[in-house]
Amino acid sequence: MSGPTPTTTTLAKALNAGLRSAMELDPKVVVMGEDVGKLGGVFRVTDGLQKDFGDHRVIDTPLAESGIIGTAVGLAMRGYRPVTEIQFDGFVFPGFDQIISQVAKITYRTQGAWAMPMVIRIPFGGGIGAVEHHAESPESFFCHIGGLRVVACSTAQDAYDMLKAAIACDDPVVFFEPKRRYWEKGELDTQLNAAAPGGWPAASFSSIVRRPGTDVTVASYGPSMPILTAAADAAAAEGRSLELIDLRTLSPLDLGPVIDSVRRTGRLVVVSEAPLESSITANIAARVTEEAFYSLAAPVIRVAGFDTPYPPSRLEDYYLPDLDKVLDAVDRSLAY
Amino acid sequence: MAVDPPVQRPADPYQPTTAAQAAARGAAGLRGAPHPSEVIAGLRATSNAEDLVQLLSPEGVYTPHEDFPIEVTGELLRGLYRDMVLVRRFDREGNALQRQGQLNIWVPLLGQEAAQIGAGRAMRPKDMAFPSYREHGVAWCRGIDPTELLGIFRGTDQCGWDPKATRFNSYTIVIGNQVLNATGYAMGQRLDGVIGGAADGENEATIAFFGDGATSQGDVHEGMVFAAAFDAPVVFYCQNNQWAISEPVSKQSRVPLWERSTGYGFPGVRIDGNDVLACLAVTRWALEECRSGNGPVMIEAFTYRMDAHTTSDDPTRYRMAAEEEHWKLLDPIQRVKAQLSRQGMADQEFFDSVTAEADELAARFRAHCMAMEKPPPERIFANVYSEPHPQLEAQQAEYLAYLSTFADGGATR
Repeated sequence: MSGPTPTTTTLAKALNAGLRSAMELDPKVVVMGEDVGKLGGVFRVTDGLQKDFGDHRVIDTPLAESGIIGTAVGLAMRGYRPVTEIQFDGFVFPGFDQIISQVAKITYRTQGAWAMPMVIRIPFGGGIGAVEHHAESPESFFCHIGGLRVVACSTAQDAYDMLKAAIACDDPVVFFEPKRRYWEKGELDTQLNAAAPGGWPAASFSSIVRRPGTDVTVASYGPSMPILTAAADAAAAEGRSLELIDLRTLSPLDLGPVIDSVRRTGRLVVVSEAPLESSITANIAARVTEEAFYSLAAPVIRVAGFDTPYPPSRLEDYYLPDLDKVLDAVDRSLAY
Repeated sequence: MAVDPPVQRPADPYQPTTAAQAAARGAAGLRGAPHPSEVIAGLRATSNAEDLVQLLSPEGVYTPHEDFPIEVTGELLRGLYRDMVLVRRFDREGNALQRQGQLNIWVPLLGQEAAQIGAGRAMRPKDMAFPSYREHGVAWCRGIDPTELLGIFRGTDQCGWDPKATRFNSYTIVIGNQVLNATGYAMGQRLDGVIGGAADGENEATIAFFGDGATSQGDVHEGMVFAAAFDAPVVFYCQNNQWAISEPVSKQSRVPLWERSTGYGFPGVRIDGNDVLACLAVTRWALEECRSGNGPVMIEAFTYRMDAHTTSDDPTRYRMAAEEEHWKLLDPIQRVKAQLSRQGMADQEFFDSVTAEADELAARFRAHCMAMEKPPPERIFANVYSEPHPQLEAQQAEYLAYLSTFADGGATR
């Protein structure tokens, strides 16, 4: 990115800028995936990178996800920092075996002899009217596996900083990108975290309070964050103050800000597009109950997808969390 | 000097088999008598070995191969003989240690010594190997002490050596995964420019080890597709030991495995996997092809798993004892011994010294195994991430505090 900062840009372009910056900073960073080269990725997140960095650093791979992840493992062992792209959330499963069996476990298995510095970028979530397998929220699968870091960005600034931090991290990072927010604009200051050594963002993966409030804590991540903002605005009009938390890091969790917030508000609503059961929202409800039981004035209330396959897209508005569902949950929390 | 009598290969040890005949042959008795189709599969596997590259016959007769020249010296043969005897000896000790409850499991390599030592000795220090979990012989060639293999099977660690320093990756238990990892590593070698143009001795290659069963895995297919697409300097070294636990090769492929390479667009060679000279010469050639930029290459080492899949397996349930008897005559070590003796390259003193060294190694292997302590509980939480993580530190602290509430600090756990 050139020109004055901060600037206003889309989330997809912020990711592109983050990739570009990482590739400039470290010649060992390579981008690989299906259609990431000439096409620039189906969402154009890698647009222009192959032209500027060459096809040895922006690699169009054969159409095989296990192949992408499995060869990235070997490249990481060789000293590279591969940034892999999985084209859509529902296509990660052919690569799931490599992620679970190798990527997550190699550092542990070898007692630290191998680092596994790779990023697995996954556009995730619904709301784009897509066909089957293009609107899923598979993040919980990865959160269940020790050795992986699982994160999700929700703003242009985070897209840039967190992607660079993920690339700089010596651990494998599953990086979830809210695909329906790719084209939404936000502020990006590429210099915000540039003072860190080597130009890499110092920001580790942590949860953050997006908006302070006093009555109910509402936590989410990725694509639902704009819904939380709208809910807080609507609630404010009714004299209710919501505190909004962007989890950003899904595994291992950074629960501190959530616990601190619940100790102040006594109420928590957790929002996610993923199915309800055995989920991040379930995990947070359990953890908050364990760690802040006496602060709770109401049970933790969850707004999530149903325990069904993702529905046909004409039905997805019923399925997805939205403003009304969040406000309804806030009402139910306050009713206790 | 003792010279072994030349071994005679039976003209045709197999006959149309009935359950009664199977029982008479002592395969497994009637209880384990294989279905006729399994017998036929076994027959096919053991007789469909045309086009083998063989330099040293089962009788120990050396015949040079024009495509794979190799200088056969007494030193080379004695070294290979010693490697194979030592590896077989500690492999047998591994089985014994499992039977005595000192190991949870052992994965025997019996019968595959030549396939592994030949390939292992073909590697140069800078080459990288990606094993499955049976490659104790290759580990030996990479300078890994056999005792370093024990932790995996005793349950005290999951990789007892430094995969980076030894250039021998950790064992990979999920079938076929390592083939993709090897391909990626080789893609990195190409990106690093250490093939083709580099100065002699600086060029590198990668070798991926996998079995006949693994050839059915998608990862092996994808590994070959990626290697071909990126001209990766990787040797796909398939040890076809005829059996994937209980399933014969015919369950994996209609065509000889080496022929699959044609479909991916790179050369494949089938070698006598019980002939250490063929394994050495052909793998040397294949690695050099890769180092010089002509990779990938596939090798099918046609061999036989003389023992069970693991110590938990019972081959009498699915294969014929006669099949094992047939392969005993093709033993990889005896033919080297015969050649050494015939050529006057080794005397009885040499063979005795190797036997003594093998016994010493086995004793050391055993003593080391029995002295291996259970790791402390902190090990559970170590190296999950590249740096300590607060969540895991909290879990560890909580668990250690819990353990400390026991009178013995949880030591009996």
